[in-house]
Amino acid sequence: MKNVPASNPAQDPEKDQTAKLSVYVSSSPHVHTPEDVPWIMRQVVYALIPGALVGVYFFGIPAIKVIAVAVASCVAMEALWQKLTGSPITINDGSAALTGLLLAMNLPSGAPWWLVVIGSFVAIIIAKQIFGGIGNNPFNPALVGRVFLLISFPVAMTTWPEPRSFFTQTADATTGATPLGALKTAIFEHGTIGAAPEMNLMDPFLGNVGGSLGEISALALILGGVYLIARRIITWHIPVVYIATVAVLTGILWLINPEGYANPVFHLVAGGLMLGAFFMATDMVTSPITNMGKIIFAVGCGAITVVIRLWGGYPEGVSFAILIMNAFVPLINRATKPTKFGVVR
Amino acid sequence: MKTFKGGIHPPEEKKLVKDNPIVDFPLISRFYVLVQQHLGAPAKPIVSAGDEVRKGQVLSEPLGFVSVPVHAPTSGKVKEIGRMVHPVTGLLAPCIVIDADGKDEWADGLPLERDPFSMSREELLNAIKSAGIVGMGGATFPTHVKLSPPKDKPIDTFIVNGAECEPYLSSDHRLMLEQPDRILQGTRVAMRILGLDRATIAVEANKPDAIRLLREKAPADIQIEALKVKYPQGAEKQLINALTKREVPSGGLPMDVGAVVQNAGTCAAVWDACARGIPLIERITSVTGRGVVQPKNIRVRVGTLVREVIEFCGGLNEAAKIIFGGPMMGIAQFTQEIPIMKGTSGVLVLREEDTNITLYSACISCGRCVEACPMGLIPSVLSKLGEKGMWEKAVENNLLDCVECGSCTYVCPANRPIVHFVKHLKALSRAASAKSKGA
Repeated sequence: MKNVPASNPAQDPEKDQTAKLSVYVSSSPHVHTPEDVPWIMRQVVYALIPGALVGVYFFGIPAIKVIAVAVASCVAMEALWQKLTGSPITINDGSAALTGLLLAMNLPSGAPWWLVVIGSFVAIIIAKQIFGGIGNNPFNPALVGRVFLLISFPVAMTTWPEPRSFFTQTADATTGATPLGALKTAIFEHGTIGAAPEMNLMDPFLGNVGGSLGEISALALILGGVYLIARRIITWHIPVVYIATVAVLTGILWLINPEGYANPVFHLVAGGLMLGAFFMATDMVTSPITNMGKIIFAVGCGAITVVIRLWGGYPEGVSFAILIMNAFVPLINRATKPTKFGVVR
Repeated sequence: MKTFKGGIHPPEEKKLVKDNPIVDFPLISRFYVLVQQHLGAPAKPIVSAGDEVRKGQVLSEPLGFVSVPVHAPTSGKVKEIGRMVHPVTGLLAPCIVIDADGKDEWADGLPLERDPFSMSREELLNAIKSAGIVGMGGATFPTHVKLSPPKDKPIDTFIVNGAECEPYLSSDHRLMLEQPDRILQGTRVAMRILGLDRATIAVEANKPDAIRLLREKAPADIQIEALKVKYPQGAEKQLINALTKREVPSGGLPMDVGAVVQNAGTCAAVWDACARGIPLIERITSVTGRGVVQPKNIRVRVGTLVREVIEFCGGLNEAAKIIFGGPMMGIAQFTQEIPIMKGTSGVLVLREEDTNITLYSACISCGRCVEACPMGLIPSVLSKLGEKGMWEKAVENNLLDCVECGSCTYVCPANRPIVHFVKHLKALSRAASAKSKGA
């Protein structure tokens, strides 16, 4: 049998040049959403801006320095690693820059530059690239960086400059305790929360408290989180369930013994809960894939956070809680596979 | 409004062509009729070079029950039996080349006049088979087989699929608007064959004019149902689920839940075959996309070269991809020298900026594919297994339930070609099972 039609260049390239066609051939689908990885990373950065601005307002130029050093060193380390290992440079996907910003948000504003660089190294090289880069890291890189610093440099990591209005900043900022730190000290030394300084809930809600530079304002972080949910970057499951778990557990204990345990609203606005629930626990790579899995994950994060805050050695437990639950993600994913279509339930 | 779980909302892009009335593609001088235009057993040509043929004359003999013949699109002479690129497989396949004589004379006795409602079920099924009718939505499964479910599968639901959920395409929409009577009559014939006293025509709500017109014209036993606009609303299993809440069992067929689904265009062809004896030699096709100068809805004969169709629509304009069917499930072509077939619902030409030509990156486990999958699968896992060719593991992860609708791939922010991986894994699994059967 002869090949037809004669005009087909695929059959006889010499015969009819006019019919030559240069097109792409690939599997369906042939259209694609504009919402790619760099777009998602950009949205998360936008959502972090209010929280970062509050940090800069209350902690001044040092906060800007920490953010700048963290972002620059994370991007530089990823590029350097990929150059040295001969793998494709992926800094344009925005994930290294986002890791840098998240790391900075989790550091005290007074952190020296070398501490930030070490944290960036641990986050990008140890926690991310060693495991194979984006998508393959089991643990949240920014949190691994932070916890490494917290364990290795406990003094530098728990020296908290006092919040001051941006316009009244001085070079030699005084330092003080975080609300959770003050609470822990009171319980250790006096066995009751009554010894802690008077707790004003409005200050940690707005950000006028000591703490990591990006965690101080619950309001700003909630605004960013709502933006992420509205943009469908994250779903409500992890933040809502995480926060609700903390509220319920601390609420029950407070109802039983208001002398020994702090008000649950205090637990919601103080410390890193909002930053953790909206931005750290929702990291796509290190959280479960299905909504049911996300709920289980978030309950775990909430419970561990409360246990560490109330009975652990550290005043704050959000970072540890999320990292511990990161380890359970493969198991949770396996246990929460969706029911496929066409199976009798 | 009724719908299913999962799915996506890609831009509809139907405005390019939806308001263009159907125009007749002129009679041209040469046709390329592929012998295999259906899913199922092969057919073999029964004409040879030099034979005179007339419009509607049978050109091939089906080999088996799940097979249909093809027919001459016009009168003329068989030039040769050759091989040409098959638009679905991409391989060379037998094809009957016909040189038109310009007279366009019907074969003896065609078209005839008869009343399908006085014909028996067997007579109607025979008329449908010998007219070469296949599912015209793109799957091209022989219609007479679909309409003859075995006795142990009682049918209580007949759905006419006018969803047309693929972006860009409007061929079913135009047909419903311009020739609703053919669809309604064909629906009644199918109801008669299935022994049913009612049927549903399902249309996505983005075609309110068609819904209105069909509701005006439909007899009391045919219900018109508006469906939520969501892709893949027109996929058979999702359509049945939206309308009846039943789920076609995994690995099963619509008849397992008492349902038969047929495309609106197929219903019109059934009417022509049963009432007038006219075989399936032409169809309505949307030629659209920004890569073609003048998008049109055309009535075109099966066997017309796509190059001539595109010339008729003003030619190409920065074309980067030529697709048979819609952008979600259509098949990209590497040449214009291929013929329109019975299942060609659209010829879509995309420019580079309309399509997706970028490299993919690692899965970030965002879960968007899981949300989008109408079959309740975890596409991200299948794509990772696909990269490694691990088909056995993929089968354990429900590979064979994937309908390749493309929703996961559309939403994937890492741009992973998940459907490509699925097709690859399915091919590996098929090859392995063929090998084990042969051994």
